[in-house]
Amino acid sequence: MFYREAGDFKTTYTDDNQTFPIKFDRYRYYVVLAVAFGVIPFLINDYWANAFLLPFLIYSIAAIGLNILTGYCGQVSLGTGGFMAVGAYACYKLMTGFPDVNIFFHIIAAGGITALVGTAFGLPSLRIKGFYLAVATLAAQFFLVWLFNKVSWFYNYSASGQINAPERFVFGVPVTGANTEAWATYLFCLVFLTISAIIARNLTRGMQGRKWMAIRDMDIAAEIIGVNPLRAKLSAFAVSSFFIGISGALFFAVYLGAVEVGEVFGIQKSFLVLFMIIIGGLGSIFGSFAGAAFLVLLPVVLKLIGVDLLGWPTDIVAHFNLVIVGALIIVFLIAEPHGIAQLWRVAKEKLRLWPFPH
Amino acid sequence: MPEQLIYAMEVFLNGLMAGVLYALVALGFVLIFKASGIFNYAQGVMALFSALTLVGIMDGQVPFSHIINAVFGTEIHHFGWHVPALLAILLTMAVMVLFAWLVQRYIFKHLVGQEPIILFMATIGLAYFLEGVGDLMWGSEIKKLDVGLPQGINLPIETFTDGIFGYGFFIGNLDLVATAIAILLVAALVIFSQYSKEGRAMRAVADDHQAALSVGVSLNFIWIMVWSVAGFVALVAGIMWGTNSGVQFSLSLIALKALPVLMLGGFTSIPGAIVGGLIIGVGEKLFEFAIGPMVGGATENWFAYVLALIFLVFRPQGLFGEKIIERV
Repeated sequence: MFYREAGDFKTTYTDDNQTFPIKFDRYRYYVVLAVAFGVIPFLINDYWANAFLLPFLIYSIAAIGLNILTGYCGQVSLGTGGFMAVGAYACYKLMTGFPDVNIFFHIIAAGGITALVGTAFGLPSLRIKGFYLAVATLAAQFFLVWLFNKVSWFYNYSASGQINAPERFVFGVPVTGANTEAWATYLFCLVFLTISAIIARNLTRGMQGRKWMAIRDMDIAAEIIGVNPLRAKLSAFAVSSFFIGISGALFFAVYLGAVEVGEVFGIQKSFLVLFMIIIGGLGSIFGSFAGAAFLVLLPVVLKLIGVDLLGWPTDIVAHFNLVIVGALIIVFLIAEPHGIAQLWRVAKEKLRLWPFPH
Repeated sequence: MPEQLIYAMEVFLNGLMAGVLYALVALGFVLIFKASGIFNYAQGVMALFSALTLVGIMDGQVPFSHIINAVFGTEIHHFGWHVPALLAILLTMAVMVLFAWLVQRYIFKHLVGQEPIILFMATIGLAYFLEGVGDLMWGSEIKKLDVGLPQGINLPIETFTDGIFGYGFFIGNLDLVATAIAILLVAALVIFSQYSKEGRAMRAVADDHQAALSVGVSLNFIWIMVWSVAGFVALVAGIMWGTNSGVQFSLSLIALKALPVLMLGGFTSIPGAIVGGLIIGVGEKLFEFAIGPMVGGATENWFAYVLALIFLVFRPQGLFGEKIIERV
């Protein structure tokens, strides 16, 4: 009925190239933004912010980052947790080293530092491919976590080996430390997520994104038609690590406040983010959101049903969580390798023809 | 002889023993990878699961007793019998064969012809699934595994080296047994794959799926068999590590240790897995011994990976792997 291009006339090239060519999509996008920025901050409470909204926003940034590397450029990485740790520790060192600078710039700079580290660990990708590379990125994961554990300069020689986020303000409102309010941290993360998503979306549908996809689909063929594999792969590592670094910084500074590196940024985190993009959809920005929302919500919902409703012990529910996540990964890989994003695409395709499918 | 050198020799020997165990896990990877092109991340969890099952059967635990108790409000935990070790091992093996059949029937049959990286991610999912099932079935507390393997320090070696160097080497009995079993296992696998009909069919499948299919080899049967053999290797590794340090979650992490072994030795080579395992085992122990104290210790966590990473940059197919040839 209303979900189609008909009647929406494009008269300029800019119109033709916009992100959402269908009018309904465009309005939906504005409505989602308006609700996220204008409505939710007034309704939010601490439980929802900590249980769902903050982790969802932060993991979405990480998933977008990993999706650029794995979904668009085809380089599987198991080092996400390590790179998030780089972001977190870079942010911590900057926050304590330059207390007068606004935290906004600290987080951006933490992303930049992670991008450098990520590029360095991306160098082997020029020689090794596929799961050889996946295993090689494990080197980054274990080495970085060990480094942050052992070198006390990174945690300012504190006795516990933890890092704690000092209190910082944006426009006079605290966003890190002990006295934050749910709406402030939520908005702070949301700003980062929105900017990241817009950047990622436009990168991936432009020339750079097409180069990445060419490398993903067949690197030798891409090289022959003039894509420089060195630049394409390293830029994917850099951009991806930038986003992952930002998410790591936010995860530490805004969400948790105190971090012990082995516990928070271990190998499990790498798998979690990888699962998000598999379930959400490889090579789709929307998929990153969907996967993050799904895997953040799943334990919350299971806990509601299992512990609160049925009265089971927590550990059984936690094990069920593992079983369900594992089974879902397999089911998605078999039945729908492109994840929730593909279901969404199919639904939209159907909607375009509805109610006269023939 | 200078003292440091003697210590280094002891570390070297212990590294060799650890390397044998790494090689044992890596063998399971190589078997599945050669026959089906699947890089089985779940190998470590299979070791954990088989060890859990073995303990559960030996103690007569009721499977899923936690859930049953939670749902029905009952209080059952044990059947009240004890199964002898050998019978329990056979029963566990049967469970692993059943597992192999299920995996083949319900997962990898549907994923034939997919890209290797998709298969790899499917096995990560499988690892999570199996870990959850194992915990639900047998409970997640640390268990003691004792199938009658000797433990403690080996006295003859200690007195022997004490007589020569004036310093007794500390080498565990279990490590010696593990080495012997690993060598036996490798020999058995080589004989099996070289001389038996099924072994030849397995190698044919590894060479070329379609050609094997056209001369009448059943891919399905071979794959189930390979997964069963990998399950058997996992069981052996699970018994060794479980006897050493108890059956617990960290057992599944040995899979992560086997990955650099494979990268070093090459994914497709059985000798590669063994040599790679020995190099990693000795390398990380010696590195920890020589460099570890200078940088704060615990270098064993990452040394293997970094070694493999540096190595791969110069020789992407590993020591014994097949040369990677790419065509457009």
